[in-house]
Amino acid sequence: MSASTASTKPTSTVPFDEALTRYEPVLGLEVHVELGTESKMFCACPTAFGAEPNTQVCPVCLALPGTLPVINSAAVESIIRMGLALNCTIVEWCRMARKNYFYPDMPKNYQISQYDEPICVDGYLDVVVPLPDGEGTTTVRVGIERVHLEEDTGKLTHAGGATGRIHGADYSLVDYNRAGIPLVEIVTKPITDTGALAPAVAKAYVAELRDIMRGLGVSDVKMEEGSLRCDANVSLNRPGDEWGTRTETKNVNSLRSVERAVRSEIERQAGVLDTGGRITQETRHFHEDTGVTTPGRSKEQAEDYRYFPEPDLVPIAPDAAWVEQLRATIPEQPSIRRARLAQDWGIGAFEMESLVNAGVLQLVETSVEEGVEPDAARKWWAGELLRVANERGVEPQDLPVAPGDIKRVEELIAAGTINDKLARSVFDGIISGEGDADAVVAARGLTVVSDDSALLAAIEQALADQPDVAEKIRGGKVAAAGAIVGAVMKATRGQADAGKVRTLLLDHLGVAEA
Amino acid sequence: MPTSPIDADLIRQSATVLAAAIAAGEVSSREVVQAHLDRIGEVDEAVHAFLHVTAHEALETADTVDAKRAAGDPLGPLAGVPLALKDVLAMRGVPTTCGSRILEGWRPPYDATVVERLRDADVVILGKTNMDEFAMGSSTEHSAFGPTRNPWDLDRIPGGSGGGSAAAVAAFEAPLAIGTDTGGSIRQPAAVTGTVGVKPTYGGVSRYGLVALASSLDQAGPCARTVLDAAHLHAVIAGHDPRDSTSIDAAVPDVIAAAQRADVRGMRVGLVRQLDGEGYAPGVRQRFAEAVEILTHLGAEIVEVDCPHFEYALGAYYLILPSEASSNLARFDGMRYGLRSGDGSDASVESVMSATREAGFGAEVKRRIMLGTYALSSGYYDAYYGQAQKVRTLIRRDFDAAFDKADVLISPTAPTTAFRLGEKLDDPLAMYLNDIATIPVNLAGNAAMSLPIGLSPDDGLPVGLQIMAPAMADDRLYLAGAAVEGALYDRWGHLLIEEAPAL
Amino acid sequence: MSAITPNDVAHLARLARLELTADELDHYAAQLDVIVSSVARVSEVAADDVPPTSHPLPLVNVTRPDVARPGLGAADALAGAPAVEDDRFRVPRILDQD
Repeated sequence: MSASTASTKPTSTVPFDEALTRYEPVLGLEVHVELGTESKMFCACPTAFGAEPNTQVCPVCLALPGTLPVINSAAVESIIRMGLALNCTIVEWCRMARKNYFYPDMPKNYQISQYDEPICVDGYLDVVVPLPDGEGTTTVRVGIERVHLEEDTGKLTHAGGATGRIHGADYSLVDYNRAGIPLVEIVTKPITDTGALAPAVAKAYVAELRDIMRGLGVSDVKMEEGSLRCDANVSLNRPGDEWGTRTETKNVNSLRSVERAVRSEIERQAGVLDTGGRITQETRHFHEDTGVTTPGRSKEQAEDYRYFPEPDLVPIAPDAAWVEQLRATIPEQPSIRRARLAQDWGIGAFEMESLVNAGVLQLVETSVEEGVEPDAARKWWAGELLRVANERGVEPQDLPVAPGDIKRVEELIAAGTINDKLARSVFDGIISGEGDADAVVAARGLTVVSDDSALLAAIEQALADQPDVAEKIRGGKVAAAGAIVGAVMKATRGQADAGKVRTLLLDHLGVAEA
Repeated sequence: MPTSPIDADLIRQSATVLAAAIAAGEVSSREVVQAHLDRIGEVDEAVHAFLHVTAHEALETADTVDAKRAAGDPLGPLAGVPLALKDVLAMRGVPTTCGSRILEGWRPPYDATVVERLRDADVVILGKTNMDEFAMGSSTEHSAFGPTRNPWDLDRIPGGSGGGSAAAVAAFEAPLAIGTDTGGSIRQPAAVTGTVGVKPTYGGVSRYGLVALASSLDQAGPCARTVLDAAHLHAVIAGHDPRDSTSIDAAVPDVIAAAQRADVRGMRVGLVRQLDGEGYAPGVRQRFAEAVEILTHLGAEIVEVDCPHFEYALGAYYLILPSEASSNLARFDGMRYGLRSGDGSDASVESVMSATREAGFGAEVKRRIMLGTYALSSGYYDAYYGQAQKVRTLIRRDFDAAFDKADVLISPTAPTTAFRLGEKLDDPLAMYLNDIATIPVNLAGNAAMSLPIGLSPDDGLPVGLQIMAPAMADDRLYLAGAAVEGALYDRWGHLLIEEAPAL
Repeated sequence: MSAITPNDVAHLARLARLELTADELDHYAAQLDVIVSSVARVSEVAADDVPPTSHPLPLVNVTRPDVARPGLGAADALAGAPAVEDDRFRVPRILDQD
């Protein structure tokens, strides 16, 4: 009996840090953005997410015989703005093209896309990448090769198999609601010289793109809903060598997955190369649960798409004056804006990130513009107001709190009329529609008790109630004063200034501050 | 030309005469439509022009027209007149096969724009006519449902791909028909059946609902027995359509006025050197020469023009058309509509698509799909499709230069008269040569007409004259065509089609 | 130009999803070979400096406004379908994952 000689064990991966000692990664990122237009790319069908299957279709997007596409003007405007935001050149003239291949989610069995004439070319994006271990950030310029327009496919569900995945399925079901929704594809130039930062660069790039698209208002860019998709191309080479064979990883459905997929692919390829193996040029599928990629369709025999210019559409020639008008509508690049504001406000990257994550950056910025101190704006928006918003199940920007309200509240605090704790009640009143800050203070009687005699009365009461504590303080245990102050605060329903109470108490007892 | 009141034989009248009679209340649309349905019943078993007759709907439409007339509502110039529709145009709820098994039984849920305009004009659609499968052919022998026969001689082809529409008109089954022309599919059938057919300027008539063969070449157009009838039909169907990005957003040239003027005095008429000569049958050339004399006699100035790149037109065409067609026909895969073959427990989507297309497509379609796939494949694109697109530019430039010297160009429409059924089926290239005179116009995108100029002395079969006009100048076709037609009518005392043998 | 072989035809048939028989492979190879030789004449034309024509008309920038309109209902959309399940088009097993 002969022993099995063929090894069917997969080659092991190489831990990331170790892989980076021997290899240089080259990345290429292809991001698809589903535009948030009202209607589809080539027909007037609605584009709302989540509709019943095959209810947002028409003869055109079903590719019934005899139908013809007509370009959605808003899609053209959106892609030009996206290209401008990515510092691209907008071409003077270009055509759509047919990409021919058979697949049941694509009714025409060709996709109308762009081939050698993309509408935006040769741009770049400066991406702020966090360094490991909180060492700060570095900026990486990612080159943009092209940005082009195309259409999305229908949605397949696979039936009969165990996992709902394609392998092992008995048949499939197609919903064409999504077929024909405008897609913009953004392709980077090869991203080199990132070394161990490669996964972080990939993630930061996609995150920045997402913020830009949100800022432009062209898409809701929700990775979990598929309106932002990322394919990651990865290759490895030894230093000084030519670039290696690349693989393309799909099904990367979150920012974290972008980072993990790149990392995992680097580890896997290093494992293959270390043992003298060859990287197969192929499409791979990323698995969220295991964090690794598995092979999909082999790309050894590349599909021949037989591109030719789309004869049912005429060329697109964006008017130069119009492009300049659109350029004026492009907001400042988000990361650059954040860096500028952080510097203005004297805060660090971490605090800025908190504001962004809390979704209150714009609110803070607007408040500051209206004269609120940055620290105060941050304190309230990222603190109490965010809490209230979450409690009420609304977005912070939907709270009826204006920058002027915050300014007034801060003024009242500074004047000693109210304290922080009372201020929360003031905001509660404003949000409940009881009026502005002053009106709420008056109506609810929220002023700090400033009358010393009233405070002294409360102090004497508290001392009388806690004679043992009074003894301790008289005996020099100043720390015990806290209990008395607490009691006075409680008695005054928080409407006393704690510091002042403490001073009065110690004075009253003739005890010096420790 | 007869403009006298209606006489007993309704099916022999022109559309213009019928429309006037209906509008004047001399005859009802129902009577007219019924007469044509009866005629179809009599002769179509032999001719096989129709794949589907919509008798019920047609009579309903006729009744609507009659009711409108009775109520004093305004009626359009062709209201109540029957028409045959090439089965390549989508008609809501009516089987639309494109002459192919792969669409057998498919009923579109929508109307082509051309059909919408016909309906708006109260034209009565009698049914769908036979055609070469997906409009690929010059004889209608490639229909999956059997050929149509030429009413002049039932053993001969009626031309293609629109043989059904031309035969329906020639057999008096309808005074009007709609055809489509990608390389001559309206004009060549018109020539071999002794009728009138026009390919409008590319973009002049909407392609929305016209099942695409070659998107950059296809055009729908009018078929009729007289130039004036064709003009009326042209005016109904032409015009901008926002659903067709390639349609022209400009006024339709006044083709009716031009047909009525029928005057070529001072018109410069160009003879294209490359579109006459050896490849053309002697009888055809003789009638063509006589037509040239007629034009001279009518006051036209004859000039000779040279279009040197026309000899490459056939090659360019048979690269561009299959390439675009191979892509346009990819949607027929058995997944969403039409035939599905080979489904079963072992089936995969790939195998079902392949089995369906193998079973559903005929040989000519498969040939052209593969030719197109070849021409577009990587490594071959530049030499084939890419090069053909350049030749196309050169052909356009030849036309531009020719139209500097002439207002219209003329040639025989087809190199021969109607050949026998089966004669060219085994030789695809020989079949392609039928389009040698008509193809250049499709490549350049300008307009052309074929009208009957006599019977060939060799075989007594109809010969057609092709008139070509610059893009957007379709009216010149009607100006010259009506003039020639009128001169011939004066000479013969009747339209040529009246000489067709009884069926 | 090299001749078109039955192997070439098999490749084209695969790309075009046509399940040809062995006889057809031979038959079409011969026919396509003749046709290709004929149309290849276009390469005789000197056209290096000639721009290709993809559209016969010089139209540009034809678009439509971004307005949504209801299309077909699911019933109409699925009416002609060979196989339907759960208001979706049912298609056979897909072997090749995209």
